[in-house]
Amino acid sequence: MTLDFTGRRWWFYALSLLLIVPGFISLVLPGGLRPGIDFTSGTIMTLRFDRPVEQGQLRQAFAELNHPEAIVQRSDEGTFVVRTLPFEQAITESVERQAQTERQIVVGGLTDRFGSVEVLGLDHVSPIIASEIVRYALLAVVAACGGILLYLWWAFRKVPHPLRYGTCAVAALIHDALLVLGVFSILGRVFGIEIDAMFITAILTVIGFSVHDTIVVFDRIRENIVRHAGEPFSDVVNHSLAQTLGRSLNTSITVLLTLVTLRLFGGITIHNFVLALLIGITSGTYSSIFNASLLLDSWERGELADLGRRLVGRRPVPAAA
Amino acid sequence: MRNRWRLIIIAILTLLAGPAVWPQRPGNYIPGGDALPGSLGIHIQLGNFRFDRQGATLGLDLQGGTHLVLQADMSKAPGQDAESVLKGVIQVLERRVNAYGVAEPLIQAQGQDRVIVELPGVKDIEEAKKLIGQTAQLDFRERDPASGEWRIATAIGLDGEEKELTGKYFRPNAQVVFDSRTNQPQVAFEFDDEGSALFEQITRRLIQRPLGIFLDNIQISAPTVQAVISRNGVITGLRLNEARTLAIQLNAGAVPVPISIIEERTVDATLGSDSVRKSIVAGEIALLVVALFMVLYYRLPGLLATAALLIYTVLTLAVFKLIPVTLTLAGIAGFILSIGMAVDANILIFERLREELRWGKSLGAAIQAGFDRAWSSIRDSNTSTLITCVLLYWFGQNFGASLIMGFAFTLAIGVLISLFSAIFVTRSLLQAIIGSSWTLNPALFGMAIPDPRLARGPAGRLRIEERGTGALGGAGS
Repeated sequence: MTLDFTGRRWWFYALSLLLIVPGFISLVLPGGLRPGIDFTSGTIMTLRFDRPVEQGQLRQAFAELNHPEAIVQRSDEGTFVVRTLPFEQAITESVERQAQTERQIVVGGLTDRFGSVEVLGLDHVSPIIASEIVRYALLAVVAACGGILLYLWWAFRKVPHPLRYGTCAVAALIHDALLVLGVFSILGRVFGIEIDAMFITAILTVIGFSVHDTIVVFDRIRENIVRHAGEPFSDVVNHSLAQTLGRSLNTSITVLLTLVTLRLFGGITIHNFVLALLIGITSGTYSSIFNASLLLDSWERGELADLGRRLVGRRPVPAAA
Repeated sequence: MRNRWRLIIIAILTLLAGPAVWPQRPGNYIPGGDALPGSLGIHIQLGNFRFDRQGATLGLDLQGGTHLVLQADMSKAPGQDAESVLKGVIQVLERRVNAYGVAEPLIQAQGQDRVIVELPGVKDIEEAKKLIGQTAQLDFRERDPASGEWRIATAIGLDGEEKELTGKYFRPNAQVVFDSRTNQPQVAFEFDDEGSALFEQITRRLIQRPLGIFLDNIQISAPTVQAVISRNGVITGLRLNEARTLAIQLNAGAVPVPISIIEERTVDATLGSDSVRKSIVAGEIALLVVALFMVLYYRLPGLLATAALLIYTVLTLAVFKLIPVTLTLAGIAGFILSIGMAVDANILIFERLREELRWGKSLGAAIQAGFDRAWSSIRDSNTSTLITCVLLYWFGQNFGASLIMGFAFTLAIGVLISLFSAIFVTRSLLQAIIGSSWTLNPALFGMAIPDPRLARGPAGRLRIEERGTGALGGAGS
């Protein structure tokens, strides 16, 4: 039984585009991703009150305490998450020694209004840190792509066109990263989900998994090229995909089972992180089967060079290596 | 025979790791909250090597505490070596934090001009931040006879020059004492030789007149000088915590350049322990679900893989404790994720094993081929994951995100141990069972029953090549 993957490659490419394009549009339009305080700077507090407090009352209280910009969200029974501009810190050049810091003033003000309040968590990020995170995040993604490309180039040095394998694997990982970014862009617009430093970890993990999956299929292609020397490349790709399909699906199922468990039973602090992984790893499985390997085939058929020629205006371009 | 030694090594490792990992209050981590016998922890002493550990090392997000990133303003120390200035900042911070009595604080440089300060379990964070970051500028002032304004008192120093009397002439032995009559807190101090000379001249000059004591330009007290004092004195007019902070700051000296907080992450201890419990329960359920899937799909090998997975979990947790890895929420997420990846290596091998069986190989040969052929894909895929881990770690280190570093580190350790688990543990277990006849039923390997190729293949039967005894039927099913 041989499934014809390569013959339907345009359908699979189309499905990928269909999934990515809406998110991509949302991503490139103004306000693409909804950045959390890790990227914008600010203070985020998790507060728990002993007595019942209304969201509106709390917002009003923060406005009176010099934070009209505060965003108040209810997270649990009696627990609120409040985002504000960065608090004045106890140690800064601008602040003279005072009896109370801004945090103490705010907590004191809340206690006066609502009774006993506990600060369960407080994150404070200044604008300096925020701008650095964005820079390092981009660097990390570029470095990850570069490292993977180089490693695959080396690992596949014994088959014809080794550079193609790394390139197609990177294309598949960009596919997965774009999908996650796009979905979170839409989620940000619809549900106000913010991205934080953990989101970058998620993206990098998705990239790692995506390549992990892709390599298993490529490894089989590498083996079958030798074993079935002389067969058309698209047949080799089809065989290899059929032979690794069970493993690809089963591995993804176990990872997804783990993630669903984490999402259901893990702490609230990692919910969005796990959601990003769920989307990214599902996409990674799809792209390793239906994009990366089929792109190799398209490349072999000269379709990529063809597409390139059309894009640059029908100028004759030497076929890619 | 070699396999027997492998099994013995595995058994010893597991037996050693088990007690290291067993929690002190296991009942906390099962949904019903039943009582289970707890661990006493382990205490080992071998010559100079001492291992003494009760529980896992938990990050601030799990045990509660504050993570601060401080930025030093290097422009205020022009022409000086940035590294030594930062070292000076860290020394002062260390003295202050240690004097404050924080258990296991962490203070380290990050890059050229930043310091990371981690304070586990500090209750009054704002006081702690004031303590570590602000410089106590203490000086003594007298009223200007003409205007009545306070100005810093001066006198002639030992070298004959006129000097201002400030806290910098204190010996580093200031301490909080209590007034025997009023029971008010005071900071007792002692001047060095230079300070004594200055103080003597000033008190002589100010007899029956007020001497102002100012901390950071705020008047603390203005006692009337009763007698000529040279060496010892007390500062009154402070609340207890202020007195304590001042004594620490006076003893620790001044921070050489201004510093400011650019990042703070504080987690309450109750939220932390809640996260620990939830993560562990999630991990246990994940392990169960994955085990169930493996057994249902791969049958006997799945059962062995589950055993290998349990051994994997125990070994990994033991390594976490021994290094010790500081476990954070992200670290636990990385570990639970690595459970999923550990299974992948097994799946790769079993799928290959099934394929080889389908092609008519004997069980022994199929196991051999399954491991050999699966190895290149396991190696390459895990290498790429490790590359990503290294980059993540680098990324985390560069902007001081211990969260991301923890994730990358636990995932990397997980990947490495999962390689060991699949190649060494699963394989040894599989080889150990191919000797017994009841294991030769193809159904135990999740094969279709009856598979015509297997039941009536060229050899007609499954063969065990290692033993060379020929046929033991698998066709009976």
